[in-house]
Amino acid sequence: MTSDLVHFVYLLSAVLFIFGLKKLTKVKTAATGNKIAALAMFLAIVGTLLELHLPDSAGSIPSIDYRWIIGGIVVGGVIGGIGAVRVAMTSMPEMVALFNGFGGGASALVAAAVVWDTLVEKSGSIDPINAVIICLSVLIGALTTTGSIVAFLKLQGKLKKGAPILLPGRHVINLALVVGVVGVTAWFAFSANTPETFTQSILALTAISLVLGWLLVIPIGGADMPVVVSLLNSYSGIAACAAGFVIGNNVLIIAGSMVGAAGLILTQIMCVAMNRSLVNVLVGGFGATDSAGSSEDARNYESVTSCGPEEAAMVLDTAESVIVVPGYGLAVAQAQHAVRELATALESRGTKVTYAIHPVAGRMPGHMNVLLAEADVPYEQLVEMDNINPEFKTTDAVIVIGANDVVNPAASTDKDSPIYGMPILQAHEARTVFVIKRSLSPGYAGIKNGLFELNNTMMVFGDAKQIVQGLVSELAEL
Amino acid sequence: MAMGPLLIGLYVFILAMFVGFEVITKVPPTLHTPLMSGANAISGITIVGALAVAITPEASVSNLLGAAAIAFATINVVGGFLVTGRMLAMFGSKKK
Repeated sequence: MTSDLVHFVYLLSAVLFIFGLKKLTKVKTAATGNKIAALAMFLAIVGTLLELHLPDSAGSIPSIDYRWIIGGIVVGGVIGGIGAVRVAMTSMPEMVALFNGFGGGASALVAAAVVWDTLVEKSGSIDPINAVIICLSVLIGALTTTGSIVAFLKLQGKLKKGAPILLPGRHVINLALVVGVVGVTAWFAFSANTPETFTQSILALTAISLVLGWLLVIPIGGADMPVVVSLLNSYSGIAACAAGFVIGNNVLIIAGSMVGAAGLILTQIMCVAMNRSLVNVLVGGFGATDSAGSSEDARNYESVTSCGPEEAAMVLDTAESVIVVPGYGLAVAQAQHAVRELATALESRGTKVTYAIHPVAGRMPGHMNVLLAEADVPYEQLVEMDNINPEFKTTDAVIVIGANDVVNPAASTDKDSPIYGMPILQAHEARTVFVIKRSLSPGYAGIKNGLFELNNTMMVFGDAKQIVQGLVSELAEL
Repeated sequence: MAMGPLLIGLYVFILAMFVGFEVITKVPPTLHTPLMSGANAISGITIVGALAVAITPEASVSNLLGAAAIAFATINVVGGFLVTGRMLAMFGSKKK
């Protein structure tokens, strides 16, 4: 086995990663892109397994024990495979967050394993530059792990229902932790010179990084979680990149840094979509000042009009154009198929039906498109925010299903609102607005929605799926 | 010109960052989640590093750490590509 062949395999893998990522950015070629990236991953693994058989500097071919490798791959493959196949489309964002955490953790473990192997088992030494890189790998990897776990829990609504958690003096605590990271790194690189002190410093660094990842994400509200997941994704790429420097493998550096760059760009795109700056998101506390008052706010709605499916069906029967505004509530109620039926019923009466897609509808950008695609909603009927906003004025009826913050007029009128400046769907401009919702409870941002109080708004309380099915049968009777 | 492996690594790193930025300039919102998920799967490339540390014949701490890293990275890789595939399959079915 020549080392040239191994490097050729690595080069091929790197090129395929670039092609795969490129194709992932176009709707037509995305599925192919994903397969190409998977092939690139396979080649990189084959390349590594070949490299392990190369003779070392002394000319002897190392003996390889595949038990650990096979064991790890089987365990990881089964867990990852089952998780990926069984997860519901509605839970996709938190699954992505969780997988990301595992990737970060793997990078930290690789760095730790190299430290242990070199210093303790082979009694070797690590020079200061490599030591700093190892510390970076541990730091970013560990921080990504706990950060992603918090993001997962928040998206699942298991951690204070996704609300921001603000510790007193959190900036001071975080600063102290960062100082700790720098201190331990310096100790590891320059002064710790016995296997024991090396081990201690790496353990201390891991512990601090894990806590830091947790603390950095808990103050960030659920509404900002997509940005955080994207940023953590970028971190996990950088962590893989650092691991690449540690073991001296270019494929890791190339793939890792491309993920790092891709994550940064996506993060930036999402920030623009929500009209928030990255710093603003990271400092966190979004909606926190209002969360105390939100439950009170929710009870403080005045002049809310509600109606049942019968009345709504009568209005829809005469409407010439209807815009559906889908939100996460639609997904939770699994109402996408019922909505598709309703649209068909309306279209058979000559009504024009379109769907208004907010860039961050659902739990993640593009999430709503995936969910509606699952229900075979024609792609052409999904209209992006900028294109549909001028249409609301001339639309007879809007059906808001389980969406909240993305149709809150406060974003454009109330300067004191925490979501002020966020681009919204101008649903309130339509002749009649039906809001299908279980209750008046606030959405992810935790604030009151003035849309519910408008004269042209009718609340239809209940489960999204049942209400929409009710609308379909009422329409059939008219 | 002699270049250490670290310097070569830096060259590769910086050039790859540029390629990354160039490759992903315009992305339709529809693809944000699948792209994030696909990139996420690629970050599991760290499995390559894990393989290299998990091989010594005798059981040792570094072997165990390496095996754990392999398991973690495989979850990321297998899960990530499969989930992305599932999402993208939905766009495909609808075009027909």
